Amino acid sequence: MGATAAGVVFIASLILALGLTYRPLGDYMYRVYSSRRHTALERGIYRLIGVRPDSEQRWAVYARALLAFSVISILVVYGMQRLQDKLFLSLGMPPVTGHIAWNTAISFVTNTNWQAYSGESTMGHLVQMAALAVQNFVSAAVGMAVAVALVRGFARSRTDEIGNFWVDLVRGTVRILLPIAVVGALVLVAGGIVQNFASPHEVTTLTGGTQAITGGPVASQEVIKELGNNGGGFYNTNSAHPFENATGWTNWVEIFLILLIPFALPRTFGRLVGQNRQGYAILAVMGTLALASVVLTNVFELSGHATVVQAVGSAMEGKDVRFGVPDSATFAAATTLTSTGAVNSFHDSFTPFGGMMTMFNMMLGEVAPGGAGAGLYGMLVLAVITVFVAGLMVGRTPEYLGKKIGSREIKLASMYFLTTPTLVLVGMAVAMGNQAGLAAMLNSGAHGFSEILYAFTSASNNNGSAFGGVTVNTPWYDVALGLCMAFGRFLPIVFVLALAGSLARQAPVPESAGTLPTHRPQFVGMVVGVTIIVVALTFLPALALGPLAEGLS
Amino acid sequence: MERLPSWLRQHIAAIRAIVVLTLLLGGVYPLVITGVAQAVFHAEANGSAVQKDGKDVGSALVGQLFTDKSGNPVAGYFQSRPSAAGAGYDMLSTAASNLGPEDVVDVLPVPGAKDDEGNPDTGRQSLLTQVCARSKAIGELEGVSGARPYCTADGIGAVLKVFPAVGTPTRAVSVNQACPATPFVAVYEGVKVECGKPGEDYSAGRTVPVRGGATAVVPPDAVTASGSGLDPDISVAYADLQAPRIARERHLPLGTVRTLIREHTTGRALGFMGEPAVNVLELNLALDGKRG
Repeated sequence: MGATAAGVVFIASLILALGLTYRPLGDYMYRVYSSRRHTALERGIYRLIGVRPDSEQRWAVYARALLAFSVISILVVYGMQRLQDKLFLSLGMPPVTGHIAWNTAISFVTNTNWQAYSGESTMGHLVQMAALAVQNFVSAAVGMAVAVALVRGFARSRTDEIGNFWVDLVRGTVRILLPIAVVGALVLVAGGIVQNFASPHEVTTLTGGTQAITGGPVASQEVIKELGNNGGGFYNTNSAHPFENATGWTNWVEIFLILLIPFALPRTFGRLVGQNRQGYAILAVMGTLALASVVLTNVFELSGHATVVQAVGSAMEGKDVRFGVPDSATFAAATTLTSTGAVNSFHDSFTPFGGMMTMFNMMLGEVAPGGAGAGLYGMLVLAVITVFVAGLMVGRTPEYLGKKIGSREIKLASMYFLTTPTLVLVGMAVAMGNQAGLAAMLNSGAHGFSEILYAFTSASNNNGSAFGGVTVNTPWYDVALGLCMAFGRFLPIVFVLALAGSLARQAPVPESAGTLPTHRPQFVGMVVGVTIIVVALTFLPALALGPLAEGLS
Repeated sequence: MERLPSWLRQHIAAIRAIVVLTLLLGGVYPLVITGVAQAVFHAEANGSAVQKDGKDVGSALVGQLFTDKSGNPVAGYFQSRPSAAGAGYDMLSTAASNLGPEDVVDVLPVPGAKDDEGNPDTGRQSLLTQVCARSKAIGELEGVSGARPYCTADGIGAVLKVFPAVGTPTRAVSVNQACPATPFVAVYEGVKVECGKPGEDYSAGRTVPVRGGATAVVPPDAVTASGSGLDPDISVAYADLQAPRIARERHLPLGTVRTLIREHTTGRALGFMGEPAVNVLELNLALDGKRG
């Protein structure tokens, strides 16, 4: 089989596997979030936390609990990095520099996992497993909680309550993420991903040189890094590192884990609103955008349209032999379509249009399928905008799932949508306007511009991947990108929860002849169109100065 | 608790939650996984060590350099891919080059100039020139042509800067070839091509890479740095290219070397995952075994 044919089968097998897990996992998550019973472990946790699991919260209280948990998490992750030399398992590493620790704390709590540091030379094992990996779990659970709260807003009526944050957080963690992580971690270890507490130890190589073999509890972190759409690598080269991603098949497993929860959540959504076909419609939107992106990224990487790629004869710079070009392109698309940001190959060295696709994926707002939870709530906001646009066109009152989209709802949806483009474009403009911003480029010209554009896009959308040549471990970038990550995460969450509260209060509108059906291909096509058009209008000028200029010159 | 204001109650719950969840997810979970992994997959969990004469010489999953003290290839060993991890295959500073696909213009070193730390100016090689130089060196080592598209015969990126940037050319410079080198083409669109003067700013010109008529013999993976900087593998094509040298150096029949390559080639998992790859360390160990 040729490389291209193998790459096609690779993609097809992922689609098949995700198709097989869509219903069972989606149904299971539905039961997790709607069950009235608590397991013994959960009851113990609620007692230790001191919350009453059976009382529900209004949206503002839900949001306050979520923000309190996130602020405390940031302080804990910051503190553990700053004190790592005083704790055990530090491997003799000094405390992490203040601005890097601040940036990293925000980065992991916001599910971004942007890394301004190099794992193997900055973080000891304890910080990795007890600070960073813990956030890998809970930041994903927070995203899923927000998505479920929004769906409850559609499903409920005449109530102020949208659920209990602590219950959603704990259930998402212990009933969904943890069991899959345990199985996945052991599968990865079987494939060669390391899991130990060793310090680096030197060996003498065949030719008499020395090589330090590094260790660490990698598999337990690797699995949740993909499953929770986090993406922060244990080592600097992330999922390209053989101890994070050892073979062609562990690569498949990792891509599958990245896409697993985001693609099953539409089913959970359909069950929660009592109409599975609504879940299929959302799945169809996500699937259409994702497949188009994966195919295009593969085509651009395989066609090799760039000087160096043609000199080489293949886009192999920054890619490992065991993955090859197609599976690296598929990983790159999956990691940027979701909010993961793990990389198994280096996007900075991709062909100009291949690199642009990874940026475009993030600019879509990471909704196809997006991060765990974050993708679903982002997509539902886009659906709300779509019914509003459709309503304007034909003069109908916009409604979605039996709820009127009135002035308050559309204001919240618009503010949600405007947050990240504002952060990206303003951040980009400020960076281009001062020396500290410009100094970060490794490559020059249009490609250097792309490096900075990628950085702000990645941080504001909570992705975390990078055009890795960019030098961002400076105080200026740590602060600027830290702010982008924090605002890019928490402002949209507050808008979504407010939207949930506003929807939950409404009485349902009975379906009439004037209601736009939101489960038909027509609606799917409209949401796809709205998503692409809105993104293109917002970001085309910036893309024209970066990857388009590079690729067309 | 109940009498405290809501925001304060939420923060106290948050502190307790992070403590409880850290113990569970940051303590119990990784320890249990480590325990099971160490018991069931001992070799894999500890880095898939490879031994020679009872001593660890590396990991089956991690590439290494097969060079001598001065960095030259040891001719009796298959060579790994270029690596951007530290000085090469350094697990303490893994990295990719991150150089872009249109990185084609070198910064020529200015003779006599010093950098901030007083070291001689070394300039900066573009990714294209790195590729060309590697291709030429490998061609010489293996006794084949190291020529490539967009490369000069002396292993440098074949790139012109043409002035003015728009319109009829009045001046053309082969920017990567430092004077007094002879430019790889004498004339561009009727204009005589100059050699590059170190230190001169050519950024205003239009960048014109020149393809030339060469076809590459040296495979792509041999001239590019991997993503991990630790790539344990090379392509079958690159292994085959090295086979005659190995046979000659080790006084083995070429057929034996080729058989060894086949034995250490991993195909795609299930026939479609990843690419076929030759594990360099294991192949070299097998070679050492043949001799011993």
